[in-house]
Amino acid sequence: MIHFVHSPDDSDPSLHTHLADETDTLALGAALAPAIAPGLVIYLLGDLGAGKTTLVRGLLRGLGHTGSVKSPTYTLIEPYVVSRLDLYHFDFYRFTSPEEFLDAGLEEYFSAQGVCLVEWPQKAEPYVSPADIEIRLAIDGDGREAIIRPLTDTGRQCAIKIAKRPAQ
Amino acid sequence: MIVLGLESSCDETGVALYDTERGLIAQQLHSQIDLHAAYGGVVPELASRDHVRRMPALIRQTVAEAGVPMSAIDAVAYTAGPGLAGALLIAAGTGQALAAALGIPALPIHHLEGHLLSPLLADEPPSFPFVALLVSGGHTQLMRVDGVGRYALLGESVDDAAGEAFDKTAKLMGLDYPGGPVLARLADQGTAGRVKLPRPMLHSGDLNFSFSGLKTAVMTQLRNGSHAPADMAAEFQAAVVDVLVAKSLAALKQTGLSRLVVAGGVGANQSLRERLNEAVTRRRQRVYYPEPALCTDNGAMIAFAGALRLAEGQRGSETHVVSVRPRWPLDSLAAPG
Repeated sequence: MIHFVHSPDDSDPSLHTHLADETDTLALGAALAPAIAPGLVIYLLGDLGAGKTTLVRGLLRGLGHTGSVKSPTYTLIEPYVVSRLDLYHFDFYRFTSPEEFLDAGLEEYFSAQGVCLVEWPQKAEPYVSPADIEIRLAIDGDGREAIIRPLTDTGRQCAIKIAKRPAQ
Repeated sequence: MIVLGLESSCDETGVALYDTERGLIAQQLHSQIDLHAAYGGVVPELASRDHVRRMPALIRQTVAEAGVPMSAIDAVAYTAGPGLAGALLIAAGTGQALAAALGIPALPIHHLEGHLLSPLLADEPPSFPFVALLVSGGHTQLMRVDGVGRYALLGESVDDAAGEAFDKTAKLMGLDYPGGPVLARLADQGTAGRVKLPRPMLHSGDLNFSFSGLKTAVMTQLRNGSHAPADMAAEFQAAVVDVLVAKSLAALKQTGLSRLVVAGGVGANQSLRERLNEAVTRRRQRVYYPEPALCTDNGAMIAFAGALRLAEGQRGSETHVVSVRPRWPLDSLAAPG
């Protein structure tokens, strides 16, 4: 069960939670499953080993995906079709220049109705589509601190659903 | 019969000519990889446009190197997947266009089939059936190989590939990305066991791998203590190699086969080779590797796989439709004929 802490400042809609271990990271991912909608762009921020791909694995499991969830570092994109939803998992870690985003023709994925989960979006700025919601994972003792920050109206609706439906 | 092979699935643009009578007669590769590196860490250079720029010149150079006219080419084999769609389309488009212009068949080839069959290009090739360990920056798989196009997946990484774990761990240790080869060299100066890292899924009872947690374990160790970087590198490499060796041996045992083929960039890792050689020899089994230059992505393995498929009766496409498969499970391939 994930407990979210709202910011004391009402104008700040972000959610905070502590993730003790990998199981918690997977649970947070699963909590996203009922909250995502077509066209949503989610940035996943955090250093190597913070658990970004683990979070995506939790989300995909939550959506009913039973296959493996591999890191997209080498492939740049791993596409999934789950619950009649197109989901694209990106990782721009290997980019040496943001123009590679355009050269690889990846902008097409963002104009469609799919859900885009993006690791290392800063390496593709300013070309990558802006996020509706940003999830930041930071090392916190032996666990992680997760901050979910909505940035658009679509993102705020998603955050409301996440907070109302904590993972089991 | 002369087959032209084209590869552009990821970072390398590769072109080669394979002659069924004379073997590999010419090959060109555009890559910044140091082939003498401990394994082929991929240099990021992902632009499909780079493949477009390089491919025609590489084809001209390859044909010139072989000293044969274009009209001597009997078929074109190209990587059709898996990989980046935009990158794959370059070899596919070029291959089909050349085939149409020359009036010869074009064969779409699975990238991993190319790797898997590349040890057959060696002077003492293994005979079928064998177990193949495909281990690179993008893949970690164990495969049962009964013949060309007859592959059964035995196990694979559920998260990061082994080479990816090398590169990312190197980065965590402050080495430049992709630092896998540097990490492997650093490991030679350290002692495994002074730092303790887990051997993920060593006793999972199946033939799957997981390397993502190992990277996190390194991060935790780096934060919680002071260790000599060389010792950390040595323990990390030992952890990866321990798991790769144990699962490869388990795959041989499970299938009852006695020949192991190792392909892919990480297959060039010296420690992995030493440990596999020792373990396999002790069991009176045998391990086979491709030539070091063929461990990384290249056009030669694609030309060779195309030639093997043609020799076994596969017919190339004559409609010249350009299509690629960014996702393409290797064990979904059909045998030629």
